[in-house]
Amino acid sequence: MSDAVPAIRLRGLTKDFGSVTAVDHVDLEIAAGEFFSMLGPSGSGKTTVLRLIAGFEQPTEGVVELFGRDVSGKAPFDRDVNTVFQDYALFPHLSVLDNVGYGLRVRGVRKRERDERARAALASVRLDGLADRKPAQLSGGQRQRVALARATVVQPKALLLDEPLGALDLKLREQMQVELKQIQRDLGITFIFVTHDQEEALTLSDRVAVFHDGRIEQLGTPQELYEQPATKFVADFVGTSNLFDAERSSALLGRTGVHSIRPEKLVVAPADATAPTGDGERTAAGTVVETIYLGTGNRVVVDLDGGARVSVLEQNDRHRTFVDRRGERVLVVWHDADVVPLSSPLIE
Amino acid sequence: MRLSRTTRIALGVVTALVLVVVYLPLAVVLVNSFSTSTALAWPPPGFTLEWWGRAFQSEGALDAVLTSVLVAIVSTAIALVLGTLVSFALQRFAFFGRDAISLLFILPIALPGIVTGIALNNFFRTIMGVPLSIWTVVIAHATFCIVTVFNNVIARLRRQGTSLEEASADLGAGVWTTFRLVTFPQLRGALLAGALLAFALSFDEIIVTTFTAGSGVTTLPIYILNNMFRPNQAPVVSVIAVVLVLVSIIPIAIAQKLGGDTKPGR
Repeated sequence: MSDAVPAIRLRGLTKDFGSVTAVDHVDLEIAAGEFFSMLGPSGSGKTTVLRLIAGFEQPTEGVVELFGRDVSGKAPFDRDVNTVFQDYALFPHLSVLDNVGYGLRVRGVRKRERDERARAALASVRLDGLADRKPAQLSGGQRQRVALARATVVQPKALLLDEPLGALDLKLREQMQVELKQIQRDLGITFIFVTHDQEEALTLSDRVAVFHDGRIEQLGTPQELYEQPATKFVADFVGTSNLFDAERSSALLGRTGVHSIRPEKLVVAPADATAPTGDGERTAAGTVVETIYLGTGNRVVVDLDGGARVSVLEQNDRHRTFVDRRGERVLVVWHDADVVPLSSPLIE
Repeated sequence: MRLSRTTRIALGVVTALVLVVVYLPLAVVLVNSFSTSTALAWPPPGFTLEWWGRAFQSEGALDAVLTSVLVAIVSTAIALVLGTLVSFALQRFAFFGRDAISLLFILPIALPGIVTGIALNNFFRTIMGVPLSIWTVVIAHATFCIVTVFNNVIARLRRQGTSLEEASADLGAGVWTTFRLVTFPQLRGALLAGALLAFALSFDEIIVTTFTAGSGVTTLPIYILNNMFRPNQAPVVSVIAVVLVLVSIIPIAIAQKLGGDTKPGR
């Protein structure tokens, strides 16, 4: 990260709810203009961190800085960040135009200018024709975009998005992902995106923080998280992984500690295939227990003779189509370089 | 649900009977207000509009109506302010004894009026040393009017959650602006429903009123009671009773209509 003041800096941020520690000493720096995701299962503390940044919650301990300014004790209306809520929280008694213009209204912007800017914001999310509707008359995707326009019209320095796509169906969600990314580029402001959907986080973000039990388990680019998961939790939560505990690692991989291999890094070869010659290539014999057709590829589940069950993902291309190979004896082949060592729970 | 023919007929008969028992006496009052008999004789010997004319010229009756309206409006206004504040305090903040306080606020509507009446009478005169007047009636009425406002508003707040207010604060609105532009418009229906019920409650209250009204303060129900058994006044009382029924129905009907999203409750 450069020397520039980070858009958001969290230092030792902690939040207790009664005896439960929702956020546990989180340190984090988010650069200006970054698309940053906080990924984690429900209850991992990601949403609480977002609410602490927005000012809806006060930290038990620690500091929230926006562009170098300590805002820990400030109310939400004294912070230059805006939120897109999970349930959108549109004002039901106001028209779409008045919803979008709300932030300008409370800042004392005159009605004419306010309507003009609200209309421009609505146009930017392609909702020009719906200005006079009430929120109840909109579809989920349209509400989502009104919420986005409402939060961006006041030109915040950072936009906080709390699972904004969670309520949309798959197709619409994919479409909105593309739009979000475009809007973020156009506005050039920091986006902090909370989601439990790892694919969404990987697709959209410059960097991702994986939350687990109120702490950041791993912080990195989508590629780093996927290729080099640091812990068992990350390897399992981000994508799917074949995990090998210490015992199986030493038996199969000849290594100490816990390891993981991505299913697409494994290859299924015929049992009579010639022994691998390439550098670092390794094999293990086993029996196919399940084959599943996935469209673009197949998932082959193999019980290795050593006792581990692995999942192999193979692509369907010109040379390969789906064959049910249950019961067949096979060799599973992998490359040493694709074995990722994970920090064992004992070391943590 | 499908019911057999016999069941449907039986249920229909029971329903009809209950409605008859409730509404026939009211119908009799209505008929009596047009009867030529001064002693509420049945069946009415003849038809006349005399009592309606007399009722609207009776100074005592008109005074009583004005007094009742004034008491109802002021106690409803007090109930609106205090009931809303209490609802917010109890819904938005967690503190020791919250449930107990909630119960204390609802209790006045369940307490027998005569107990409330005696207690307030004693409180005003003996402890506070305040002479009874129209304002002691207003205060007494406000104690149970608060309940209808409180119940409606707190139900609304519970259902609504705080996300709209958070959104408003997030967009830069201070506490008062948020209340004016977001919270209050959301509560309007609940406040109206609560106010209408409060008004109706106060308007026909008689027991507590009897104990807390100063001499010379005559609300409409008290006027009716005083005149009920006077010779020649009975038909006039019938007229007033009919008017009272009409005045009471209107707010309840409006409150019901608003009840689509805010169930009015006591």
